[in-house]
This record gives sequence, structure tokens and C-alpha cells, in this order.
Amino acid sequence: MATRLHPLHGLWALTNRELAKWYKVPVILIISLIQPIVWLAFFGKSMNFAAMFTSGLNIPGLNIPKQVIDEIASEVLKANFGTTDYFSFLAVGMLSFITLFTSLQSGMSIVWDRRLGGVLSKLLTTPVPRGNIIMAKVLNSMIRSLVQSTIVLIIAILLGMRLNPSLNPLDILGAYAALALMSMGFASLFVTLALRSTSWESQMAIMNLLNMPLMFASNSFYPVKSMPWWLKPVAIVNPLTYVNDINRQLLLGITGGQSLLLDYAYLIAFAVIFSVIGIVLSWRYLSEA
Amino acid sequence: MEVAIKAINLTKRYGNFTAVDHVNFEVYYGEIFGFLGPNGAGKTTTIKMLTTVTRPTEGTAIVNGYDVIKQPAKVRESIGVVPQEYTADEDLTGWENLMLIAALYGIPKREAKERAAELLDLVELSYAADRKVETYSGGMRRRLEIAMGLINRPAILFLDEPTLGLDAQTRAAIWDYVYRLRKQYGMTIFMTTHYLEEADRYAERIAIIDHGKILAIGTPKELKEKVGGDVITIEVNGGDVNIARKVIEGIDGVSGGVTVNGNTIIFKVRNGNTAAPIILEALNKLSIRATSITIKEPTMDEVFLEFTGRRLRDEEGSSEEFMRFRRTVARARR
Ligand SMILES: Nc1ncnc2c1ncn2[C@@H]1O[C@H](COP(=O)(O)OP(=O)(O)O)[C@@H](O)[C@H]1O
Ligand SMILES: [Mg+2]
Repeated sequence: MATRLHPLHGLWALTNRELAKWYKVPVILIISLIQPIVWLAFFGKSMNFAAMFTSGLNIPGLNIPKQVIDEIASEVLKANFGTTDYFSFLAVGMLSFITLFTSLQSGMSIVWDRRLGGVLSKLLTTPVPRGNIIMAKVLNSMIRSLVQSTIVLIIAILLGMRLNPSLNPLDILGAYAALALMSMGFASLFVTLALRSTSWESQMAIMNLLNMPLMFASNSFYPVKSMPWWLKPVAIVNPLTYVNDINRQLLLGITGGQSLLLDYAYLIAFAVIFSVIGIVLSWRYLSEA
Repeated sequence: MEVAIKAINLTKRYGNFTAVDHVNFEVYYGEIFGFLGPNGAGKTTTIKMLTTVTRPTEGTAIVNGYDVIKQPAKVRESIGVVPQEYTADEDLTGWENLMLIAALYGIPKREAKERAAELLDLVELSYAADRKVETYSGGMRRRLEIAMGLINRPAILFLDEPTLGLDAQTRAAIWDYVYRLRKQYGMTIFMTTHYLEEADRYAERIAIIDHGKILAIGTPKELKEKVGGDVITIEVNGGDVNIARKVIEGIDGVSGGVTVNGNTIIFKVRNGNTAAPIILEALNKLSIRATSITIKEPTMDEVFLEFTGRRLRDEEGSSEEFMRFRRTVARARR
């Protein structure tokens, strides 16, 4: 009677269900955009390193020509951030921040489905492959992340972010790919962690606990080399660091910390490992329940 | 008759606790089969194993010809499930919920729309199709759940306490829908309940389950007969009451003692409806006239008491279960 069902069947329907909850309630979208935009508009605009060095820097007794100070300032900034334009540097960091923030939330949605034993227990009686229930949440998180990153990017440009003048469409595609890979890895990780949890309060707590440290222990705000020795290893394994490295190279055209190839390899490994773990564990858990 | 469901030593243990204990039964195509038992008897656990949501610890079951352990995907395509809890996504509309479930069964969009419209019409929810489910009342939500359980035109429909927490009127309405649906689609229905009177009235065959074990299986009539059958009270006028008593004691199917109280004779018989005319005729031959006769079937309550050694009180069971249900809902809403 039934037509043969392909292995990915139901994936889009389930993803769409999650997306519908999001685009139907624009308030949630707007609220989640507030944080990165506040960082950009308040912090990014005020933390103007270039102006700090050049505006009225006058050391008594020394008569340094303004041109020299400017030169030094620009070299110092370049040596640290790879550019004299800190605002653009930060804006790239905010793209990965909004992606991180969105991906961490995916743990909440599985907790939500488990409440009352309801939605999830119904899904389990249908012929949808178990792994697709999890992958739908990951896919949803990736799509949301990219849409929200786009909005943050546009706002950053309006606020004065300067993209690489020789930017081509492939660079943009590459940046999106990096964000998508990171989202895939984090969303899989957090859905897996949430599998057994029934309390969204604890899920929320984990989210808030990890959010800021993950952002600050990366090159989102400052380069890794300016970190204390104990923080560096965290930043070096933090996927945000790799996403930012890629996006600064592609979008801003500045020299990165390492090669793009290495960056992508790391992100692909991160995404694949955690999504495979997520699918395997959820499959097992959902079939044993 | 062909077998739609066959449970073979079906067992589920949680740690040391055995929730379902070597259960065996058969359900035939086209019938309404009821699982009757108090809270915690193992009804939901049995349904979860039959619907492939939970893996049996021991034994297995064949559902629509497929093994629940070896061919779970085939089983899932054959069945519709209305779980005990509400399962619709509250943030979506009734229509969107139906379309989602249809997609999970791989039903093409156009056909899904036709079926969804038809089902909503059948459970009289068309008017609320585009409303978010969170605005639905309890009865509306149950009806939507039933529609969701039918979207794939299942051969077998599982209903886990379909009337839990609903008022008497809504309960009757739900059963009305279930009967209409069965007539329309010719499904086999496996349902659980802890309402004695619902099992009696709506199930064609019943299994009584307690502490994970099946204690009796049969039609409500058969179960009542097993308890000792009907109680007949005859009042005679003229003639000798004691002769009447002797006659009755000799009739096939009469069991236990025959009590005489003045002109009234009280006794138990396996099947009151067939025994009564025979008894009246026998008395008539001896010119003993009966002025009144009443046949009383044992109640399901008595049946339950007989097999489990305890009473299952509708009111207590339902209100306790309902409060638990309400608390879960409240917790989820918080
Ligand atoms: N996941 C579980 N873990 C441990 N015990 C469980 C679990 N599910 C059910 N039980 C226990 O199994 C017994 C049967 O439960 P259930 O099948 O839900 O009963 P019913 O549906 O007849 O009320 C109960 O004592 C219940 O506490
Ligand atoms: Mg139950």
C-alpha cells in the first residue's frame, strides 16, 4: 500500500515545523538579534582603537609628529587584529556569536518535545527514521543561524563595516559554509546533551553558562595571541576561532591565523563528529526508550 | 478469523520491576479489543511495545503480520496511535499538525490535504482547523488526536485511554466518533481503559490486566458467564414452591445453590436469556405459574472483583488519574 519511503523522508517536514514556530513569532527573532547588535553598536563603535591612538595623543617633552603616531598606531593595530578597522574585526566575530547563540538553543526544543511525553512520543509511532527527528533540529538551527547572521551582517555594514573591496560571491558562500558547519556541530552536541533532560530550566542554565565563555575564549573580540597562556588552548580548540579566521580572511581580506584549508578541515571534523555522535546516540536512545 | 495482533510472551521489565509479565493474546481483524485494568496495570507499556515505541525485554508481538522487533518500520506503516497524552504540537494549528503527521507517513501533499479535510469534518473540527492547538478544549484536542491517528488509514488503530479526563458527555461523543470511524474505514481497534462501564459497553472482547498479567480474556458476556452467569429471580403463584425449586435445580446451566424466600426463588444460571424460557415451560407443565421473572447480568465491577480480588472504582481511578494528568499539563505550561 505505502510507497517506499526514502531515508530522509520527513526531515523537511520536521524542520519546517520548527522553522514555522520561529518565523511566526518575529519577536523571538528580534530579541535574539539584540545582543550582537548591542555589542556592535555600543561596544564596537566606542572601542575605537584607531581614534584612541590618534586623537590628541601628545606626550609632554616629546615632540612626536602626528604622522609617526598614526604610523605606529596603524602598525600596532595591524599586528594585533590584522586590520586597522576594529569595528569590522568585531562584526565578523558577531556573526559567529549569533550562530553560537542560535545553535545552543536547539537543546531547548528537544526538551520541549519531551514535555508531557507528547510530541516526541507521537513522532516515534510514525515511520520517520529516528535520526531525522534529531537532524531536523540541527537543520533548523543551521537555517536560523544563517538567516540571523545575514541580518547581523547587513546591520554591521549599515553601521560602517568595511568588506574586502575585491569580495566575490564565492567568499560569501565560503563564509556561510563556515557558519553552517559550526552550527551543525554545536546544535548536534546540544541536542544530544538534552536527549535525557526533561527540564528546560537546566537546559537554559547550560546555555547561559557556556554562551559567554565560548565567545570570550575565542578570537571574536581579540586575537588569540593576546590571551593569557591558560586561555590559549581553549581558544585553539574553540570552533568559533576557526570560523572567525575564515570569515576575516574571506570577508575582510586580511591575513588569517592559519590557512583556510586547515580552518575548514577543523570545522568539517567538528560538524561530522558531533552530528554522527548525535544521530547514533539519539537513535539508540529513542529506540530503547 | 485472521489475527491482527498476536502477543507472544510479551514482557517489559524496568530494572527489577516487571511492568508487563509474559502476556499472550490475539486480536482479530475488524474487532474492538479492550484492555481493562487499573492505573499502573501495564496497559500503556503494552501499547508502547505493540506500537514499537518501546522494545520488549522478552517475547514479541506480531502486528498486521509484522514482528514488532524485527520489522518495526512495517509495523509503524500499518498502525495509527492515539497515545494517552496529548501529542499535537500546541504551537501549530490543527491543520498543520495533521499535515505534519501526514508528511511523516510519506503521504503526498494533495492526498494529505484531502484526508485532513475529511477527517476534520468527521471529528467536527473543521471550524477550528486554522486555530492554534493551544486554544483547543480537552474534547477538541482528543478529537484532533484521533484524526491524527487516522491520517495514514491504518489497518489497526491503538487508543490509549481515549476518554481520560473528559466529562461523561464528551466521552460518549468520542465513542460515537470511534464507532463511526470504524464503520467508515473498517479498522481493527485496540483500546485501553480503566472505566469498567466503557469496556463493557464499547469493547467486543476484553482482556483484564493487573500487575502486568492478563487474568481473563473474553467477550463481556463470556466474562460475566465465567463469574457464574446471570442471577434470575422468579416469583411463583400457586403450586408448590419446593417442587419448583427441584425443577430448577435440575435445569442445565444452573449453578450454586437455589434460594427460596417465601414465593420467591433466586438462583444463578450460566445464560439467563436462554434458560428463562426453558424454566418457565418446565414450571408450566407442572401447573406452576410465575407471576414475575427478572434476569440480572453481573456487572463488570463484579467480574473485575472475581478475577483480580479487588474492586476498580470508576470515580476514584478517574479523578486521581485526571489530577495527575492536569498536573503534568500545568507543569508543561509553566
Ligand atoms: N519508563 C518507566 N520506568 C520505570 N517504570 C515504568 C516506566 N513506565 C512505566 N513504568 C511502571 O510500569 C507500570 C505500568 O505502567 P503503565 O503501563 O503506564 O500502566 P497503565 O497504563 O496501565 O496505567 C507502572 O507501575 C509504572 O510505574
Ligand atoms: Mg496508561
